[in-house]
Amino acid sequence: MFFQDLQKVLRQNIREYGMYIALFVIMLIFAITTNGTFVSARNLSNLLNQTGYIAVLAVGMTLVIVIRHIDLSVGFLAGFIGAVAAIALSRWGLSVYVAIPLVLAIGAIAGLITGFPVAQLGIPSFVASLAGWLIYRGLLQLVTEGTGTIIISDPGFNAIGNGFIPDIPIGILPETHKLTLLLGVVAVVLFIMSEISRRQKQEAYNFEVLPKEIFVLKLVFISLLIGAITWVLASYNGLSWTVVIMLVVVGIYHFIMTQTVLGRHIYAVGGNPDAAELSGISVKRIVYVVFGSMGMLSALSGILFASRLQSATTTAGTLFELDAIAAAYVGGVSAAGGVGKVAGSVIGALVMTSLTSGMNLMGVGIGYQYVVRGAVLAAAVIFDVATRRASK
Amino acid sequence: MSTPILEMKNITKEFPGVKALNNVSFRVAQGEIHCLVGENGAGKSTLMKVLSGVYPHGTYSGDILLGGEVQRYRGIRDSEHAGIAIIYQELALIPELTVYENIFLGNEIRNGVLVNWNETIKRAGEMLDKVRLKVNPAAKIKDLGVGKQQLVEIAKALSRDIKLLILDEPTAALNEDDSANLLELLRGLRDQGVTCILISHKLKEVIEISDRVTVLRDGQTICTLDAHKGEVSEGVLIKHMVGREIDNIYPHRAEKKIGDVVLEVRGWNAYDPSLGRQILRDVSMNVRRGEIVGVAGLMGSGRTELAMSIFGNPLGYQIKGELRVKGEPRAFRDPEDAIKAGVAYVTEDRKGNGLILIQDVKENITLANLQAIAQNSVIDSNAEIKVANEYKTSLNIKTPTVEQRVSNLSGGNQQKVCLGKWLFVKPDLLILDEPTRGIDVGAKYEIYTLMNRLVEQGMSIIMISSELPEVLGMSDRVYIVSSGRVAGELSIADATPEKIMHLATN
Repeated sequence: MFFQDLQKVLRQNIREYGMYIALFVIMLIFAITTNGTFVSARNLSNLLNQTGYIAVLAVGMTLVIVIRHIDLSVGFLAGFIGAVAAIALSRWGLSVYVAIPLVLAIGAIAGLITGFPVAQLGIPSFVASLAGWLIYRGLLQLVTEGTGTIIISDPGFNAIGNGFIPDIPIGILPETHKLTLLLGVVAVVLFIMSEISRRQKQEAYNFEVLPKEIFVLKLVFISLLIGAITWVLASYNGLSWTVVIMLVVVGIYHFIMTQTVLGRHIYAVGGNPDAAELSGISVKRIVYVVFGSMGMLSALSGILFASRLQSATTTAGTLFELDAIAAAYVGGVSAAGGVGKVAGSVIGALVMTSLTSGMNLMGVGIGYQYVVRGAVLAAAVIFDVATRRASK
Repeated sequence: MSTPILEMKNITKEFPGVKALNNVSFRVAQGEIHCLVGENGAGKSTLMKVLSGVYPHGTYSGDILLGGEVQRYRGIRDSEHAGIAIIYQELALIPELTVYENIFLGNEIRNGVLVNWNETIKRAGEMLDKVRLKVNPAAKIKDLGVGKQQLVEIAKALSRDIKLLILDEPTAALNEDDSANLLELLRGLRDQGVTCILISHKLKEVIEISDRVTVLRDGQTICTLDAHKGEVSEGVLIKHMVGREIDNIYPHRAEKKIGDVVLEVRGWNAYDPSLGRQILRDVSMNVRRGEIVGVAGLMGSGRTELAMSIFGNPLGYQIKGELRVKGEPRAFRDPEDAIKAGVAYVTEDRKGNGLILIQDVKENITLANLQAIAQNSVIDSNAEIKVANEYKTSLNIKTPTVEQRVSNLSGGNQQKVCLGKWLFVKPDLLILDEPTRGIDVGAKYEIYTLMNRLVEQGMSIIMISSELPEVLGMSDRVYIVSSGRVAGELSIADATPEKIMHLATN
């Protein structure tokens, strides 16, 4: 009975759970092939930090693809904004608390500029953002031309990409990061409480809910997962600032997309722009909002990357846009519009970075790495389309 | 009668829940112009789709004989091959290509693998002479007017060896000169031996040009009339087209309390820049509180365009004229403005621009008024479910839960979701565009009952409909729209199917 239920639930939700399972399988394979190095605390911590700057782009790209557009300019925009941040800190002498809001604002404005021809003139976003790709690439070269790589020496800025949250200074458990452990426990408790309250609400409205045993299994499984990640991170340096930023961004965007009027409007525009317009939603306004947010997240991605390298380089941001798009598709965003979850895209980003990291540890050549990642992307999209069709 | 070139015998075509064609027989003689008339939904288009292979052999029952031989088309290519050419209302030309490229598109004159452009241009010139069109064969289609494009379509058809030329509403988009010109050409072609089937709503031109006329009604052949025996007149045609008995499916409204004017347009003109055509001319109409106003008219007469132009003009027409809501002059920049002013519009095309099919029932119902279930723009999901369940109950939407995707619902239930969505904005005026198209009789009755309940509560309704019985059964007053103009206004006491048809077809 239990296994029949489990089978049924898995079959019905295969699309949603598919990428989690895929991520798990990929990590398991690498754990075996690298004799455990892949799942070491150090490597996992590194992996999450590497995912950061792609993950925030993937979050923004999710919204862009949901409304049936694309933004190719984000990679070099991130690179360019990183360089602007570096210049602001090292040459203009701005404080990090001024420089960061400033470049985030520049990013948002850049996004609105990409959005302008799309919203106002109906120009395909592919073309508009390709123009942006060229322009930001050029601007990045112009600002780094004289000096080459711009070194950033501001310790506060560099901590964003390399630092970890402080620990609670008490004597117990000397080898672990106590604040990280505490946050992990809080996260598990909050997760369990919100799931139970959601289930009660659904039961009250007679909606279909998971069978009780499966529900408990799901709670245990995800709690263990959060617990395991927390434990591994806590036994190294704890949560990094990059992961904190990533979690905050995902949290905010997940909330906007699932709980607010704006999120509903974005999905409506993606699902059927004509019906949305006739329902009193300004499609133009949504295009501006989505592209503006994409620009701001590009700036954040640029900050994370520059901070991680502690410098701005002439090639920063190269191919970020394609990694972000791939992450979104692997994470279940539909090119037909109206479908896609922010959390899914972050999992997609983790899948893609895990592949790179794992294959690097195995010493696989870079050429093979591209082939494997391409194959995984194709498989993910084919799987998505096939399950979508089956569910019709 | 001379030998039939085409004979369609006992054609029956069913869609889920609907018999679109019921045992239809249709004979066309060699070298005649045969008109096919009937109301919207009578089955004309379906019959032509069966003939042209859009609905392939096996999806219908009955036989098609062309020149005495049984035909079994698997697709449009087969029917084209057999010599049947159809010219649809929506022209199938490629705007960016030249006239000669379009004429021989898919039928290129070749030297081996290469196109012989010189021969193509020469032959295109001959074809243009045949349809008496004086344009440069190298002109691009987009630079020609609609009337000339129509002639290019005919030239394209004639460039193949055709046995039968079918025109679907060829003059719907043409002005009077172009129409007269086209009819003249068809006569000329007939005299050269081309057989032609013409589908038209304009009864005057039917009478003017046809040798014989077949009338369809509700998927059945009513009669075939011979013009040369004096059997064809407007009165006779209308009688056969609408002569169905009106079943008593319209619920009675308890009491009528008709109040002040809620919405009014005066001297309302709209020009569609993308089509380059004036679509509404000098329209004046109004609707009062507690009133159901019917808008009758044939497809393409400008009914939907009228609704769109009033409802915030999302398609970007250039509008001139005056719009008043409860006496106040208003201008709606977008549908949002219209909704705020208390106007709601249930579109004709549920799936195209009414619903978001990939979303569930509750999300569709609340979409146009999310602020009502939100606090500080955060949606209260309990309130949302409560609202959706209220409409599920009050409109009798048949769905297991409000979390069901609307694509899984039947047409009638989808329509109820649309209605629920627009009732939730609590409008003063509800514009319904073909509210019962494609839904079964039971659901129709429920929708009519709901309309009565709403006007009794003081709402106003504009009901656009192609179905005359529905217009006559539900309205307090009827406007008849034809070619973008109001051709007439009738109180329900004066309105008869014949009068409405007469106004709509002029």
